[in-house]
Amino acid sequence: MPTFVYMTRCDGCGHCVDICPSDIMHIDKTYRRAYNIEPNMCWECYSCVKACPQHAIDVRGYADFAPLGHSVRVHRDEQKGTIAWKIKFRNGTEKNFLSPITTKPWGTAIPKLAEVPGPSKEMREGHLLYNEPKYIRMDDGGLHTLRSAGLKMKKGVYY
Amino acid sequence: MMFTSNPFVEISASIPPAVMQAYVVLMILLVAAGTLFDVVHKGSAKYFFENWRKSIGKGARPLGGGEMMSIAVKTGVVDVLTSGEFCNPRRRIAHLLGMYGFVIYVVTTAILIFRYPTPATPAPAILPILWWIGGLMICVGGYWFWFFIRADVAAEGRSPFRLMRADLFILSLLGSATLGLIWAFLQSRGMTGAGLCFGLYILATTVLFAGVPWSKFAHMFFKPAAAFEKRVSEANGTVKNLPTQTRDDPAQRERHSMELLRDAPMDMGLGIKREAPRHY
Repeated sequence: MPTFVYMTRCDGCGHCVDICPSDIMHIDKTYRRAYNIEPNMCWECYSCVKACPQHAIDVRGYADFAPLGHSVRVHRDEQKGTIAWKIKFRNGTEKNFLSPITTKPWGTAIPKLAEVPGPSKEMREGHLLYNEPKYIRMDDGGLHTLRSAGLKMKKGVYY
Repeated sequence: MMFTSNPFVEISASIPPAVMQAYVVLMILLVAAGTLFDVVHKGSAKYFFENWRKSIGKGARPLGGGEMMSIAVKTGVVDVLTSGEFCNPRRRIAHLLGMYGFVIYVVTTAILIFRYPTPATPAPAILPILWWIGGLMICVGGYWFWFFIRADVAAEGRSPFRLMRADLFILSLLGSATLGLIWAFLQSRGMTGAGLCFGLYILATTVLFAGVPWSKFAHMFFKPAAAFEKRVSEANGTVKNLPTQTRDDPAQRERHSMELLRDAPMDMGLGIKREAPRHY
């Protein structure tokens, strides 16, 4: 299900070219709008669809299993920190989803790894991985489990 | 003196004002004919109205006359007068310079040629000044766009100076404004080459107005129509099938999966748009 570009919406900004992991979104040499140069190499990752500020990129379904009339569109709203999907089935059913993509403002939670001291000789030779035991909290009274947190496993989906 | 004298008066000694006026009328007719040809040939209007009809069939909320009016006003004020569709502020400023420069340049040219064509009818100083300002605005916005802002084709291994049909509009516009200003400058100083510049100025201007079916000139007609259609689709809820749920809705903020964002600011920053896309 390769991507395609609505030429009237695209302004040739290049965000899709920048982000495409397959390097198949290019700027057309004549019209200076983006296009997918190799649709059969597109793995439908939706990176360009989400990155496009103009919503100019869409993904088409193969004609054999996704006949006309369906639609899967996404709006990655970075300012709000959310991603929203609208799925339209060909029978008219419509599904809407809204989820967080970040919980902190952009650029505020980048780990400053250059400032982290390098591992000592004992750490290198030890069996623990980077940031263990801190990240698995072995130094904080052992592994955190449902029991240690006073919780119980319940059947079914619940919130 | 150069900025306050009507450049078309001096040339009126060799070219009768009636010929100049006929040329302006011909250019207006060429733009109208070219746009109509473009609409019929490409079927753009047919596509536009078919899309419109389809969106109505897709369960769109019908809009009242008042709502349509307010959308039309918003399109006019935001999208047309202030080029609101541009995301890139540099592109927007360059477009505003080019657009208003072009309007001032064309209108003052027409007034100078029709109202003050001969030395017997001296033009108020403000008109030639506006003509110069309009031409300079086109040059500033146009050259800025051409050399610094245009979609990057160098990344595709093409010389940025390779010319093609898609460049017809911007280059003939820049040619018309630049050569017009050079011609007026040379003529006011009585320097040689003014006649040659005038010839090239007329050539570039003719290409600009006669090349409508092959150039981007007609965008000044169909871009506002597309912007209006976009606003209508946002108002009637079809939005080209794009999702409409946002965190602005308090009910959405209360949902369990949005719990993580409960204390987050409503403006989280620019994300990937913090950097210009220049990594390819």
